Amino acid sequence: MIEVRHLVKQFGPKTVLRGVNFCVERGEFVALLGPNGAGKTTFLRILASLSRPSLGEVRIAGYRLPHQAAQVRARLGVVTHLPLLYGDLTAQENLELYARLYGLTDFQARIQEILELIGLEARRHDLVRTFSRGMQQRLAIGRALLHHPDVILFDEPYTGLDQDASAMLDTILRSIAVQGHTIVMTSHDLARAEDLATRFDVLSRGVIAASAARHELNHTNLLAFYKQALTS
Amino acid sequence: MPLFLRATFAIVRKDLTAEFRSRELFSAMLVFSLLVIVIYNFALELTPTIRREVTSGVLWTTFAFAGTLGLSRSMAVEKDRGSLDGLLLAPVDRAAIYFGKVMSNLVFMLLVEVFILPIYSALYNINLFHPGLLLVILLGSLGYASVGTLLATMSVQTRTREVLLPILLFPVAIPVLLAAVKASTGFLNGATLAEIWPSLNLLIAYDVILSSAAFMVFDQVVEE
Repeated sequence: MIEVRHLVKQFGPKTVLRGVNFCVERGEFVALLGPNGAGKTTFLRILASLSRPSLGEVRIAGYRLPHQAAQVRARLGVVTHLPLLYGDLTAQENLELYARLYGLTDFQARIQEILELIGLEARRHDLVRTFSRGMQQRLAIGRALLHHPDVILFDEPYTGLDQDASAMLDTILRSIAVQGHTIVMTSHDLARAEDLATRFDVLSRGVIAASAARHELNHTNLLAFYKQALTS
Repeated sequence: MPLFLRATFAIVRKDLTAEFRSRELFSAMLVFSLLVIVIYNFALELTPTIRREVTSGVLWTTFAFAGTLGLSRSMAVEKDRGSLDGLLLAPVDRAAIYFGKVMSNLVFMLLVEVFILPIYSALYNINLFHPGLLLVILLGSLGYASVGTLLATMSVQTRTREVLLPILLFPVAIPVLLAAVKASTGFLNGATLAEIWPSLNLLIAYDVILSSAAFMVFDQVVEE
């Protein structure tokens, strides 16, 4: 579903990604781990077609980036630590805006379904700026799921969430994962990643330093695996 | 309706709805414009003849400054909450996003102008409700919003965005402003259409050139 070969990203003289190779099969939930500054967000922004690769090849659902970016974007949902929502619009209006931008027709039933999934049905007519951080993040997930994407990218989705909001986000992520979506989630929180992912990749110093499937690791191993990847 | 137009109108609708609720942008632009024309009114001791001569200059200075304020704020709102990324993630031609933002910015500029014209007329005792002048205001504002939206998108990605936008925008928009001032003066002084036509032509040409250029480079501007 996602194929990345020899991906390099430079910002002026600074090289952030130094030849990343990364493949994700359909239905996999990959946790992309790494310390701050490892290049996780840059990598995800390239997958999301928000940033252009300097070198290398990126294919999502068979479409090449950046040449077939529109086809890729139609199959992609993206959630970041920023909600990408408008505070002066209601939850319903935000979802309607994105439904129109994604070319959905007769989207009211889909919006209803999404609001039920994220538990915001009762607040649908409230302005988003009155929402808590956790509610905004749930709505951001709703926005990303609206157009039935095959691939969902999460960039540090737990940033700024309290315990309750994080637990609710866990529940939503699990329900998305069992629906067969292909998911890539960046995180530096091993515990969260361990609970959800089926595979763990560590991005360190601009390359994928290690990769392991969930069944190959237990909690102690994951920590050791992560530390070893960072020092190798 | 094609997806391009649906996306464009969805953005305009979103901007107008959000602005109707917050009134952040419009009120700032309007108050600023009012202050400018009042200050000019006190600063320049004008005889009726000179008043007619300076009107187009004062008007376009007001519109340009207020427009810059609006353009900067309009893009800052998109950038600060990451909403611009949300728009860019949609599977539509990014030109639809550009035209949506241009149309919203144009509507905000025209709304301010609708309020400013009668107030200016009353303050300076001069009739501005000439169809030709209104056409020039529409064309000038369109050119200014077209190039301004592109440059605001560029400048909003820098730390010094409020400072950078006017520095980038005014030199590029000078042809539009000069043509608009000349055509406006012509209409206010009762010049014939043949005399005004070259300025009007220039204004239309700049509108087309700037919009087309912005349309072509917008994709590169928003992508890292």
